[in-house]
Amino acid sequence: MNQAVDKLTVADYSSDQEVRWCPGCGDYAILKTIQKLMPELNKPRENHVFISGIGCSSRFPYYMNTYGFHTIHGRAPSVATGVKLANPALDVWVITGDGDALSIGGNHTMHALRRNVDLNILLFNNEIYGLTKGQYSPTSKVGTRSPSTPEGSIDRPLSPCAIALGAGAPFVARSIDTEMKHLSAVIKEGYLHKGASFVEILQNCPIYNDGIFEQVKDKKIAADFRIEVEHGQPLLFGKDSNKGLRLNRASLKLEVVTLGDDAILEEILVHDKTNITQANLLAAMQGPHFPIAVGILYHNPVSAYVTDLEQQRLTLRETRGMGKLDKLLHSGHIWEIK
Amino acid sequence: MSAKTQEAVADASHSSQSQALEDVVVRFAGDSGDGMQLTGSNFTEVTALFGNDLATFPDFPAEIRAPAGSTFGVSAFQIYFGSEDITTSGDAVDVLVAMNPAALTTNLETVVPGGLVIADAGAFNEKNLKKANYDSNPLEDGSLDAYRLLTIDIHSQVLAAVEEFELGHKAALRCKNMWTLGLVLWLFDREKDTTIENLQKKFAGKPEIANANIAALNAGHAYGETAELPTGVNVYKVPKAKVAPGTYRNVNGTQALAWGLIAGGQLADINLLFASYPITPASGLLHALAARKEFDVTTFQAEDEIAAVCAAIGASFAGSLGITSSAGPGIALKTEAISLAVSAELPLVVVNTQRGGPSTGLPTKTEQSDLLQAFYGRHGDTPLPVIASSSPSDCFEVAIEAVRLATKYMTPVMLLSDGYISNASEPWLIPDIKDFAAFPVEFHRDPEGFNPSLRDPDSLARVWAKPGTPGLEHRIGGIEKSYETGNISYDPDNHQLMTDTRQAKVAGISADIPQQEVALGENKGKLAVVGWGSTFGPIHQAVKRCRLEGLDVSHVHVRYLCPFPANLKALLSGFDKVLVPEMNTGQLVKILRSEFLIDAKGLNKVSGQPFKIREISNAIKAELA
Repeated sequence: MNQAVDKLTVADYSSDQEVRWCPGCGDYAILKTIQKLMPELNKPRENHVFISGIGCSSRFPYYMNTYGFHTIHGRAPSVATGVKLANPALDVWVITGDGDALSIGGNHTMHALRRNVDLNILLFNNEIYGLTKGQYSPTSKVGTRSPSTPEGSIDRPLSPCAIALGAGAPFVARSIDTEMKHLSAVIKEGYLHKGASFVEILQNCPIYNDGIFEQVKDKKIAADFRIEVEHGQPLLFGKDSNKGLRLNRASLKLEVVTLGDDAILEEILVHDKTNITQANLLAAMQGPHFPIAVGILYHNPVSAYVTDLEQQRLTLRETRGMGKLDKLLHSGHIWEIK
Repeated sequence: MSAKTQEAVADASHSSQSQALEDVVVRFAGDSGDGMQLTGSNFTEVTALFGNDLATFPDFPAEIRAPAGSTFGVSAFQIYFGSEDITTSGDAVDVLVAMNPAALTTNLETVVPGGLVIADAGAFNEKNLKKANYDSNPLEDGSLDAYRLLTIDIHSQVLAAVEEFELGHKAALRCKNMWTLGLVLWLFDREKDTTIENLQKKFAGKPEIANANIAALNAGHAYGETAELPTGVNVYKVPKAKVAPGTYRNVNGTQALAWGLIAGGQLADINLLFASYPITPASGLLHALAARKEFDVTTFQAEDEIAAVCAAIGASFAGSLGITSSAGPGIALKTEAISLAVSAELPLVVVNTQRGGPSTGLPTKTEQSDLLQAFYGRHGDTPLPVIASSSPSDCFEVAIEAVRLATKYMTPVMLLSDGYISNASEPWLIPDIKDFAAFPVEFHRDPEGFNPSLRDPDSLARVWAKPGTPGLEHRIGGIEKSYETGNISYDPDNHQLMTDTRQAKVAGISADIPQQEVALGENKGKLAVVGWGSTFGPIHQAVKRCRLEGLDVSHVHVRYLCPFPANLKALLSGFDKVLVPEMNTGQLVKILRSEFLIDAKGLNKVSGQPFKIREISNAIKAELA
């Protein structure tokens, strides 16, 4: 703990292991962003623990010069919960992917969020299984052709952010692998949030699902296909910031409107990150008719699991005192044989 | 049930005086809602306080509230007590208390001929008789002539006894069990004060209920004293047992295991994280530890079995000891994660309270059919230590051993208990924790030359460096690791070396556990009866009785199943024959045969019920015939 925290740099957070993602993988950008963010968080390096499951993204901990545990498929939130329960002072990160967190590990993701364990969950969503060579994932769009769906997938994808909101996550955000500034800011907010934070990162897989997020990433067109939400600001987007989101009060649905055409500024919805209903509407938006919402969709802190657990223990120890084994063994009816 | 008891009960018909018995088995049976478990546990307490040795076995249905009067809703509690050492809950029942026809029909075959049957005539109405498939009333049609029958309309007796409390008909009848207990306390010449105190405590907030139950208890006792009972029903005296001096308590396997884990944590100087998912019959352990937050134990009810074991592993990574617990089906779900703990070389205690399988099987019944699962039920070559408790009180020491081995060797340890052990109770000479040698965990702190693959040269245990320690930042995982650096390695020779090392580490534990001793009998001879787990009680009694008859037989009970104690092979080689009674189709016997190339023979039972003493003694006699 006596390291000069402020002097650390990206290099201090890079392990000596050779990074082995495919060339052009979005994971490189995310890794770099997080390694750069680390010194800003003002915590000694040994305080950070990265827990991952299985998948391309789950190799992440090997490349961070912090504590790390590459566990088994889908179970990272559970292992991370155990880490946090054992030592609440640690900063615990969960690095996971769409298959890891939402297919095999869906149950654990849901419950870590519901329970509100103070974890920073980063879900790298590339809408495909990369490590197992390209099968479709639970977030793949209908019609995704893959080795296991040669005629195109027929099951409908789920929205990671909508799932997180449904599970009761108090912090839900979405960002993009290559948008370093935006991504870094969102992750930092999630880190500072006390309780479970969930960040979906749209991540390109250049091998099996290349260009899937091109519309929201391509600088030339992205402004029309994504909306960067900011608390207290009207929900505007577009190259000229003249498109906006309006709530149709009759249908309770969002609609895209154009300022000066079919709407005025006062009609545009203002982003309120504490409003769960609005967050659900934003999370569910899909192209091509709607922009993809990025930024902090929802942030409404509630008391965190481990804090409450510690409080229960303290309260109980105040009344009962510290446990004494000998007293416990002699509690209830005992008798003497002489 | 000993032959002596049988004679004594039979003798009772020739005398109206009180009878002395060496030991006796009493079984309380009634509807799930009749409070038989409460009756049994109160009787147990009084019996223990009196100074008898005893063992009990609660036998309840899987259904939480089965329809009243149904045969599958019968709940029973059996206690075996006496003046000699008691290690089982008894073979045959000397006194059966049947609260309704269903309880009678499902339990009568356990009663020894000439045994006493106490039946509540008030519950033998047409409706209940029909539910129990009786065409005529067995209390009246002479079908119980082989037994000593005591028929009392307990319904009416209770209603009269608690009338003054104006509880209403239904609530008044709920005092039936205490009336019956009062009668049985009289029958065995036992005091009522303990039960009265318990009732006052249990119903502290409802004095009228407490008083009604006490009135019922007193009325039942008074009934025995004053009513004209049939010839041969009189007070039985069971003298105190000769037991070692000291302070005693009753303990069931769940309590002893919970306390043993807490004790182990203290001896290791480490916090515990107990992560579990509810499953019968293992949930009791979660409850017992959840109630003990004043100790350094955190409990976590996870969303499923896999999350539970993974949280435990996470806690171990972070520097606590992770413990998880389940029954067979849940252990099956945990196995992938257990293999991760083997690979990552992290400590973990896995408690399996075995039940009847396969699948949902017999959740409330006992079996020992997960031994092969414990040995081999994982992917890859994943050796881990397996130890088993042999009785409720033995759980305490076994739990401490599990914590010791897990933390010393950085390995998952499988601790096998079973449904019988977890629910059964016995008197326990309360140990002094100071008599146990401490085994404090030492976390690595020195960054000089550190890497996560460092190993203790003797134990072969991997280094334990917990997150938060400056300079020891490192990564571990389930991918094969370099023996030298701990980094990912796909090198063929390295995988061979790591596999051999994991194997050698666990095998080496045999030098760190006690030599196998003979529980009863000689170190060599004609026959060794080898058991593990909860068969201890019946094997012990059977061997004892056979030896009294002059047979050359010894009892060997194995606590350390993997690895075996270093001398076990040599010990067993000293016997002409080896018999292995197990509540499975032959699992330990298979391992003994394959490990030691000895011609061990199995004695197997999978009825969901513990072995009877005579089943084992008959097998011993057959072997030695």
